[in-house]
Amino acid sequence: MERSDEKGNLAQVRHVVLVLSGKGGVGKSTLTTELALALRHAGKKVGILDVDLCGPSIPRMLCVGRQDVHQCDAGWVPVYTDAQKSLALMSIGFLLENPDDAVVWRGPKKTALIGQFVSDVAWGELDFLLVDTPPGTSDEHLAVVENLRKHKVDGAILVTTPQAVSTGDVRREITFCKKTGLRILGIVENMSGFVCPHCSECSNIFSKGGGEELAKLSGSPFLGCIPLDPQLSTSVEEGKDFIQAFPESATFSAISHIAQAVLANIAAA
Amino acid sequence: MADVPSDAPEHCPGTSSVEAGKTSACQGCPNQRICASGAARTPDPAIEEIKQKMASVKHKILVLSGKGGVGKSTFSAQLVYGLASDTSTEVALLDVDICGPSIPKMMGLEGEQVVDYSLCSLFQYVEDNLAVMSIGFLLSSPDDAVIWRGPKKNGMIKQFLRDVDWGELDYLIVDTPPGTSDEHLSVVQYLSGAGVDGAIIITTPQELSLQDVRKEIGFCRKVKLPIIGVVENMSGFVCPKCKNTSQIFPPTTGGAEKMCSDMQLPLLGQVPLDPRIGKSCDEGRSFLSLEAESPAAAAFSSIIQSEFMCNQTVL
Repeated sequence: MERSDEKGNLAQVRHVVLVLSGKGGVGKSTLTTELALALRHAGKKVGILDVDLCGPSIPRMLCVGRQDVHQCDAGWVPVYTDAQKSLALMSIGFLLENPDDAVVWRGPKKTALIGQFVSDVAWGELDFLLVDTPPGTSDEHLAVVENLRKHKVDGAILVTTPQAVSTGDVRREITFCKKTGLRILGIVENMSGFVCPHCSECSNIFSKGGGEELAKLSGSPFLGCIPLDPQLSTSVEEGKDFIQAFPESATFSAISHIAQAVLANIAAA
Repeated sequence: MADVPSDAPEHCPGTSSVEAGKTSACQGCPNQRICASGAARTPDPAIEEIKQKMASVKHKILVLSGKGGVGKSTFSAQLVYGLASDTSTEVALLDVDICGPSIPKMMGLEGEQVVDYSLCSLFQYVEDNLAVMSIGFLLSSPDDAVIWRGPKKNGMIKQFLRDVDWGELDYLIVDTPPGTSDEHLSVVQYLSGAGVDGAIIITTPQELSLQDVRKEIGFCRKVKLPIIGVVENMSGFVCPKCKNTSQIFPPTTGGAEKMCSDMQLPLLGQVPLDPRIGKSCDEGRSFLSLEAESPAAAAFSSIIQSEFMCNQTVL
């Protein structure tokens, strides 16, 4: 019998998408989570690989707390959020004895674990594997790209907030993508305006329009804007499914639009 | 021996690591036996050299957070603007976020002419008594990316600390990237001889931020770095039209106040969201000066005044 891992544990993963940003705190993990939920609601089988080793947010966002990670013949079994196994996760968060334990590792050790995460998780059959990353252009990013070389990566979504301080870092991430041959599926502008729930006045707390300008400047597709939304913040805090809870919201509409745009860009390749 | 010798394999943990000679990457390395015996783990001479260089720097403070995007650089910038408002106080801001150097833009120094590629060029002056150092000044284009692995970042940080004439300084503030990795370990290691007064930890009210910040606090305790206190940033937003407050980043688990109470740390202050903060940072201007009457500026000033400018400072 031919071993399925002869082509690697990613052999039955149809699409791999990285979620990147040069900047921290712009909503990479939030977007990864919401995209995964949107794709799942559209009937897709989705996996999330969380390679933020120092600050793993994905377990909390999907309300998957302390979980043991089991081994099988092909490697590590991912943690599933539901009995139907429609959403699979792997994060260092599951490997820590105590969730408050700091992972104080230098680059080489992080690189080694990420190599294992990419090759040794038995994802099985997935429509999409989303890879959530920490900010920057360093060990984790190089490790992910190098380990994924054997497998076709559809591309990367870059997340920014509207401010110049954020787009300034994301410009460098765009350079990283170009240098490593990673296709840019598009740019998302997150935290794009806040509508006061009391009077409906819109305040551009983190400025406005920077993401769209960056897309034009770099010749990348602009996928859309997501507003600041305390209901989204609370949902990811509490590990609740925002897509299910607030389907009428402007934020849901924005996320759906972005998910559709990503699917269209992947199909167009 | 160099921390990563030239004949080391690709994932060498570093000769001064506790895992030197013991990781799977060490198999077959010519230095494996020496490393495994612990003989290579001698203190880096740079630590003593940095101690000498820093002898004229009175106070060294790190600004940390486990979480990205909480306002470390924003706080660092306002802190040095605030400290330097007293023209007799000599202040320097060192930006060790090698991959995402925001400080040049925030301090109005983006696009500053680099005279040559020596380390002296990395010092740029905002005022006579306020200097800034960042790898950002070496990047000739805003699109230039610093795609470096840990050992190379560590080498740059060592050079920043050892090979620069810091001169007489009252305060050296070190702005860091998020996380608990190479940059943080290197700064703490290389300043271990010179001594760091402590760290200010920045968070936002959400549990997603606090869960990373607790790890940073754990890191500080592990490396015996004193914690001056915690600042909660983005703490509520007052609508400019109707004046109602919204918690955009809700403190679902009690915010920094509860975390500080649980972990017995001082909460230095809470700074509200204000669109003018981001605008000032984008324009490279001092929010403290421009919007001195705003609640956010008052919050920043109160933190700076109470922690740094009173005689009973914890430093």
